[in-house]
Amino acid sequence: MFEPEKIDALLRDQINVSHLDIVDLTGTRDHYSVLIVSADFDGSLPLAQHRKVNAALADQLASGEIHALQLKTLTPTEWEKSK
Amino acid sequence: MGKIEVNTMTEKKKISLNIVQPQENEEPKSRVEGGDVMSEIAAEVANNKIVLYMKGTPSEPRCGFSARASQILGSFSVPFHHVDILVDPEKRQAIKEFSNWPTIPQVYVGGEFLGGSDILTQMYENGQLDTVIKAL
Repeated sequence: MFEPEKIDALLRDQINVSHLDIVDLTGTRDHYSVLIVSADFDGSLPLAQHRKVNAALADQLASGEIHALQLKTLTPTEWEKSK
Repeated sequence: MGKIEVNTMTEKKKISLNIVQPQENEEPKSRVEGGDVMSEIAAEVANNKIVLYMKGTPSEPRCGFSARASQILGSFSVPFHHVDILVDPEKRQAIKEFSNWPTIPQVYVGGEFLGGSDILTQMYENGQLDTVIKAL
């Protein structure tokens, strides 16, 4: 179990976040869906983008505090287009 | 172990560096050919343009994420090679280390690790997957 507020703080601490949605998928605070938009993602493939997010939450993913993380990463340009 | 001599322009003296042959130069081979499981994975991703490591098979997937990955790859005209890791516990662990990625399914395209099911979905939606597959 890991509070969404703490996920928010960890991600903003390590990634230049311009938009962030965190959804608790099961109500048990260990299965999350995260949509994150950052200029840090510009010019890199989704694999590198996802690795960056996973790295920011590495301790919690390894300990099982976060059991599952469904992730979508977007650059600011992609985010504008998707609106 | 070879040696290479380098002339450094600024200091005008010769230095020598030892060249170590990387292990990857060995031809990857499957376990039945005497390789280890990591070598077998290296051979699979080198010898097939698209490889999907999944739970179950495309016709009988055993996990929703594997089913989705299989459906996405199946929507392209390029055939893909699938590996059912549920029947191979050794490879099920090894593929996670090989890719440095904790979950299955995993997709390789053109010998490169592309990602798991979320990444595949994202690249399918934004057109990058189409570009990568067409470049094969």
